[in-house]
Amino acid sequence: MRINTRLSAAVAGVAVLGLSLAACSSDDSGSDSGSGEAGGSGGDASQVEVFTWWASGSEKAGLDALVGVFNEQNPDTEFVNGAVAGGAGSAAKDLLQSRLQTNDPPDTFQAHAGAELQDYISAGQIEDVSDLYDEFGLRDAFPADLIERLTVDDKIYSVPSNIHRANVVWANPTVLSDAGLDPEATYESMGDWFDALDAVKDSGKTALSVATTWTQVNLLETVLLSDLGPDGYSGLWDGTTDWAGADVTQALEDFEKLMSYTNTDRDGLDWPDATQQVIDGQAGFNVMGDWAEAAFEEAGSEAGTDYVYFPVPGTDGMFDFLADSFTLPVGAPHPGGAKNWLETVGSAEGQAAFNKAKGSIPANTDADTSDFSDYQQTAIESFGQDTIVSSLAHGAAVPVATLNAISDATSKFTTGASDIATYQSDLGAAVNG
Amino acid sequence: MKHRFRRLGPPLLLLAPSLILMAVFVYGLIAANFTTSITDNHTAAQATGVEPTSTVWFENYTTLLASDDFQHSLMNLLLYTVVFLVGTLAIGFVWAWLLDKPIKGEGIFRSIYLFPMAVSFVASGVVWRWLLNSNQGENASGLNRLFQIMGLDFLQNNWWNNVTFGIIAIAIPAIWQLSGYVMALFLAGFRGIPDELREAGRMDGASEWKVYRYVLFPQLTPIMLSALVIIGHMSLKSFDLIMSISKPANYQTKVPAVDMYVAKSSFDYATAAAIGTILLVIVAVVVVPYLVKTNRQEK
Repeated sequence: MRINTRLSAAVAGVAVLGLSLAACSSDDSGSDSGSGEAGGSGGDASQVEVFTWWASGSEKAGLDALVGVFNEQNPDTEFVNGAVAGGAGSAAKDLLQSRLQTNDPPDTFQAHAGAELQDYISAGQIEDVSDLYDEFGLRDAFPADLIERLTVDDKIYSVPSNIHRANVVWANPTVLSDAGLDPEATYESMGDWFDALDAVKDSGKTALSVATTWTQVNLLETVLLSDLGPDGYSGLWDGTTDWAGADVTQALEDFEKLMSYTNTDRDGLDWPDATQQVIDGQAGFNVMGDWAEAAFEEAGSEAGTDYVYFPVPGTDGMFDFLADSFTLPVGAPHPGGAKNWLETVGSAEGQAAFNKAKGSIPANTDADTSDFSDYQQTAIESFGQDTIVSSLAHGAAVPVATLNAISDATSKFTTGASDIATYQSDLGAAVNG
Repeated sequence: MKHRFRRLGPPLLLLAPSLILMAVFVYGLIAANFTTSITDNHTAAQATGVEPTSTVWFENYTTLLASDDFQHSLMNLLLYTVVFLVGTLAIGFVWAWLLDKPIKGEGIFRSIYLFPMAVSFVASGVVWRWLLNSNQGENASGLNRLFQIMGLDFLQNNWWNNVTFGIIAIAIPAIWQLSGYVMALFLAGFRGIPDELREAGRMDGASEWKVYRYVLFPQLTPIMLSALVIIGHMSLKSFDLIMSISKPANYQTKVPAVDMYVAKSSFDYATAAAIGTILLVIVAVVVVPYLVKTNRQEK
């Protein structure tokens, strides 16, 4: 018995030693193998951990399509899915925050292009990838407008994978005709739209469906864009438009009026619930980014007969843009793999496959979009000719801390805890610090 | 010397791992949290050391305590705690009192009342979010719909979406979950009182009420205190239930723990740490006197 215990202790000791040696050796072989791999001008390309919040629905379908292209282009790099589900990306962002903080970054992570990257840039957590743009020939493939928006101090820190539009109204034609409205109609301004909303409200349906705070912020930004115009709206974020101005007050009054048409259980819902109300004919209109298209498609609805869409009244000719993009974190364990991933993400084939499945539009203008859906075709056309502005609710216009402060102020206002004057000063304080 | 080591050594060695773990992961982290809370570490760049931080002492605390929004969170926390405490103690006591009488199927009732405690706050939160839907009239669902069916339309309300008292609606599921636990505590208390005492009281001509008032209640005070502290500190730390019914940005259901979460995800570590310290102090105010008291009794 005594010998047995000794023996097992010895075995356990050897096992532990073996494990730790194995751990060391796998690290070693990992960093060695990188130099010889395809496309591995820098670092280990044996695998790539891609951190996203694309875990379900059309987002998952898009990611799967992108991985398909990636495996074809880079057979030697193993794709490791680091998707984290939950809270429309908030769960993933929290986890990412602690991983970056403890110097354990994934090989590449998803982030909204634009101001949301600012925190990572100033914290020195992501690399400048301008060189990769030259290497992959992306400078000519992406629209100049977009490149300009991605550039911070002459450097670019991410490769966009797709573009979405946030200022779209989705409507149920049956509900509109029942309310005596022409379902084909589009509305010139907020004022015209209010008349239509009144008609739907009188017919006993929810006129405008909305969900929790971030969708209310999405609505707010489209109202600001409608009332202030593209220059005035963009000026809110760079300081050239005065938050205390009378035109902002007017926009906030319009926002308050719009909120009066909405469903009372909004704060407990997320965007799919609000869009579902339009699909089910409980609500007339819904303002949501064009990822809502996928929800209509999933429900088997036909564009034109079961649902119609148009830019938020007063924002025709403006494209309220947001984009997902991929980064190269400082200290990524497999930088060669990450570069391979970024090359696929930026490539015409990768973007075509990904965006067709996700329902967004490619940032790469060389991508073949001939078999994209009708909505996507119109969005591609608009993106080419419209004035592009950055979305507030989706991290393109302001950093995270500012957006959180704006969300808090908006929730305070829409629950009735503050009046327009307080709201306006809260918003000004949120942006200007 | 050797003798002393023989006497103290083994127990100290046995305790050492837990002492070291506690020192690092509880008290060490409290200290780290406090040192963060007195800096101006408000951005991602400062958190990673790219930009310097400086000590601002209690500025974060004064800013927080002076802000209307944080006062609203504290007020919510107070309302929530009071309703949660009163609700669980009252219901738990009544159930224990009913079950204390010899009745048939006591075991079944006891299990039924205790079961909700086995459900996680997150799971019950999801269900209660549907039940506490704030739609009224035609679109009503959940409890509001139930009220309509029962002809009690006037009871319909917007639950947790009321800007002042909304937080109380979230105390309802909390009460539902923990009343059974308080019942178990009180029931054990009732059972711990020897029958002789009641009989002696009755022999001396005390009415049923007087037996409770002068014989039973005084002996339940320690149980009451334990329940108060356990439920009280749970309520002060409440986060998961609120997060699964409402959402972090919703103003009507903000409490300090939610503020801490939002500050942290805004890369504002100093403010998040300051809120954490404030919460710790509030909980300590509830728990420490209790610990001191029980410590004295044990001596």
